[in-house]
Amino acid sequence: MRRVYLDYAATTPVRREVFEAMVPYLTEKFGNPSSVHWFGREIRKDVDEARERVAEALNASPQEIYFTSGGTESDNMAILGTAAALRNKGRHVITSAVEHHAALDACLSLEKQGYRVTVLPVDKYGMVDPADLEAAIAEDTILVSIMHANNEVGTIQPIKELAAIARKHGVLFHTDAVQTIGAIPVDVRELGVDLLSLSGHKIYGPKGIGALYVRKGVRLSNIAFGGAQERKLRPGTENVAGIMGLATAVELAVAEQQETYEKLVVLRDKLIDGLTAVPDVKLNGHPQQRLPGNVNVSVERVEGESLILSLDMAGIAVSSGSACTSGSLEPSHVLMAMGLDHQSAHGSLRLTLGKGTSAEDIDHVLSVFPGVVQRLRDMSPLRKSGEE
Amino acid sequence: MYSEKVMDHFQNPRNVGEIADADGVGEVGNLRCGDIMRISIKVKDNVIEDIKFRTFGCGAAIATSSMITELVKGKTLEEAEEISNRHVAEALGGLPPVKMHCSNLAADALKAAIADYKKRTQQHGG
Repeated sequence: MRRVYLDYAATTPVRREVFEAMVPYLTEKFGNPSSVHWFGREIRKDVDEARERVAEALNASPQEIYFTSGGTESDNMAILGTAAALRNKGRHVITSAVEHHAALDACLSLEKQGYRVTVLPVDKYGMVDPADLEAAIAEDTILVSIMHANNEVGTIQPIKELAAIARKHGVLFHTDAVQTIGAIPVDVRELGVDLLSLSGHKIYGPKGIGALYVRKGVRLSNIAFGGAQERKLRPGTENVAGIMGLATAVELAVAEQQETYEKLVVLRDKLIDGLTAVPDVKLNGHPQQRLPGNVNVSVERVEGESLILSLDMAGIAVSSGSACTSGSLEPSHVLMAMGLDHQSAHGSLRLTLGKGTSAEDIDHVLSVFPGVVQRLRDMSPLRKSGEE
Repeated sequence: MYSEKVMDHFQNPRNVGEIADADGVGEVGNLRCGDIMRISIKVKDNVIEDIKFRTFGCGAAIATSSMITELVKGKTLEEAEEISNRHVAEALGGLPPVKMHCSNLAADALKAAIADYKKRTQQHGG
């Protein structure tokens, strides 16, 4: 059976170059970078060099890059660290309704500590309106956290414009760029952000490694306690192999970004056209301001998990925003924030493309999809008005 | 995450459809939770002679619907009413804990269908 992986937004395989960059640090180069002896000193040099490579790819300085355990920790450090450092300046944080839970829940957790949190709404495409941000900024606002592009529906936010508004008011701006590195240009100076999160395993790097960009002059409090690693902001012995892998992954992702974009957009649009040709299948997210590898559709009168299982049986790996796949009883907060009704949210399907995706893969999905939908619709008690 | 039996019933659901001249129809669930089950029954001499289902929902919702149709076909109404959601889950070799609550409604749908049948016959008799 042909197997097609279309869940690259969930995770990606480690690419060969990354794997090879890591191996020495899992074997002979095992030293602890904090050690005084040559075994550790040598590794320290390599970690510093990796930091330089990540910085260069993002147009940042090496001292602005902190290695973390991944996107979630980066988001938590950026939000909780800023809030703690600026608690005497103000206790108001602004975020959006479509953030990844790593950012949204970190913001909401501040409410228990006496902070006010404003959650900006989005339009039907999942887009934040800069005017809403402008209106929400108050005297005591200390941080705005809005993601670069959404992981579920692929909508790209106008970060440059949003960050400029925050800066005008002297408010820090954080963005989660986990989905955008390697997909669209990510240049911290060009975007004008103060903090930016990224993750290794979404860009053909290993799991368990990420980074946080912190613009020079921005003060963060550490949210974990321990040693002096990462200038005390992220204590704990460095994940050296992960760091070496991340540096190679970021470097390659950025170098190949344009090429990746051009390849994926063609396949993405072919997939969107084919899926939405099936009656009552609608695209979710922005038609243009969209990640090159993201497709998200709602299949009316069918539930998402049963779609995933059916496609899985045909060898196709995808995901959904239905309640059954979110681990809670509620469907995706992103789709609900965009104003979808429950049925459309439960019937959502996300297909995300990546390096391994070919035109034949898309053809295979499009040949299987109509039959799968028909079978489940025949089983469904929901009927299109006018049907028997 | 699902047992082989669940996947079998999901892949090859038994008794899908609607009985045109049903004696009782029951529907439970709602779109908010993402599960709706409709069961229709044909009753003769107090025995469930035929049963069909239609379900909008996840794999567990479809498998439990299919399983209950197998469990109660040919059973008396009293025997059928004895079957609980838990029995259905057990017959499927268990369900993931998160599915026990939201998607395990087939017995409720069947009870609603039997209640509908009783209401109809009472009205008919009265």
